[in-house]
Amino acid sequence: MSRFLRLVGRDLRLALRQGSDATIAVMFFVLCVVLFPFGVGPEPNILARIAAGVIWVAALLASLLSLERLFQTDYEDGSLELLSLSPLPLEAAVLAKTLAHWLVTGVPLIVAAPLLAVLLNMDAAGFGVLVLTLALGTPILSLIGGIGAALTLGARRGGVLLSLLILPLYIPVLIFGAGAIDAALNGLTPRPHLLLLACILAGALPLAPWAGAAALRQAVE
Amino acid sequence: MPVFTGTELTCLRGDRLVFTGLDFRIGPGGALVLLGPNGSGKSSLLRVMAGLLKPIRGQLAWDGVPVPEDPDGHRAQVQYVGHLDAVKPVLTAAENLAFWAALAGAADPAANALAALDRLGVPHIAGVPGRYLSAGQKRRLNLARLLAAPAALWLLDEPTVALDRAAIALFEGLIAEHRAEGGMVVLSTHTDIATPGGDELHLDEFAPYGEPYAEDDGAEGGEPDTAPDLAPDTAGERAAP
Repeated sequence: MSRFLRLVGRDLRLALRQGSDATIAVMFFVLCVVLFPFGVGPEPNILARIAAGVIWVAALLASLLSLERLFQTDYEDGSLELLSLSPLPLEAAVLAKTLAHWLVTGVPLIVAAPLLAVLLNMDAAGFGVLVLTLALGTPILSLIGGIGAALTLGARRGGVLLSLLILPLYIPVLIFGAGAIDAALNGLTPRPHLLLLACILAGALPLAPWAGAAALRQAVE
Repeated sequence: MPVFTGTELTCLRGDRLVFTGLDFRIGPGGALVLLGPNGSGKSSLLRVMAGLLKPIRGQLAWDGVPVPEDPDGHRAQVQYVGHLDAVKPVLTAAENLAFWAALAGAADPAANALAALDRLGVPHIAGVPGRYLSAGQKRRLNLARLLAAPAALWLLDEPTVALDRAAIALFEGLIAEHRAEGGMVVLSTHTDIATPGGDELHLDEFAPYGEPYAEDDGAEGGEPDTAPDLAPDTAGERAAP
């Protein structure tokens, strides 16, 4: 466990000292959402109607932006070889790096989302559910994205390949995330959507690190 | 102290058979120097020994217990130093080293890291971020990992690249000390590193001259070799009788 926390701590320290990854994701998220009122026009009703979907799509894209580098630098400087030889199981290492990635890129999205919801004139009834869906959904994005990042390691133009590979897998998260908010806004209970999101998270938590580790073993061979 | 053995090892990279039917045995205090021209499989053998690369045939064993039956035990015995230095540019030398020491299970990684840097003769770089280190300093930092996170078997892939003469002499002393304590060393090198009483393994003796492996079934084929420097030698070997 202490090894696991060591790795999380190292990745957080790297991210904070480099600074760019965390801020880029959240800046992209904000800019992406802000573009919509310019594109579809500043009509409050239309913006309120599309707010949930826009915020969720922007969150998907923002989390994708930094995923490419999840294992890339460790792969290039040889750290990944040493990680795979260390007593910490590679599955745990993948989970630790994914957790650090989520803390650095996912959590700022959750914090920024309510502000953007105000910007898009979303009804206040949806704010709580919005934060809840993102809190459940962004870890799934990091977990599934981690598999893609591991699979595309060492490929040329890995970032583009990663998007093509991962975005289709994000669709269920998008459906239930945006669906829960829509349900809450229309006076229905968001509970089934939230339960399904939690269910995906519970499945991805053990399976994604396992699949990611298998892909990394191929990459370091 | 256990004995590390390999029997009938065969290694395939892409569609090229690198070596075949290779046996070795290292006992406590032993040293094995891998010799051979570029592309003869020295790095591949070290990666096989480390467990990064699976041999397509043959097995590695500790005291007769095959490595696949106890992979965790194997990882605890091995420290691998490859071509890449695994130095993070934004972490200081001491932080870089302490992380690897902690991951290996050291009780006081920060103290281990400082002591190891001191032994490698570079205590002054402890607070310097990785991006300001010279190639030689990075290499010393990487070698310091061997001391900060002790293991019985050192696997060293050309450990003296970028090191100056004084550092090589210092490193020879560390290897001798490690062996005197019952440790084992496998290293590949193109410069002379003194390993008194060590065995030599000439990898070109195990090279399968002739056709590329298994063109008919094509299993595992098609993967491009990641080491570009191997390519010219591959061509040369295939042309050889």
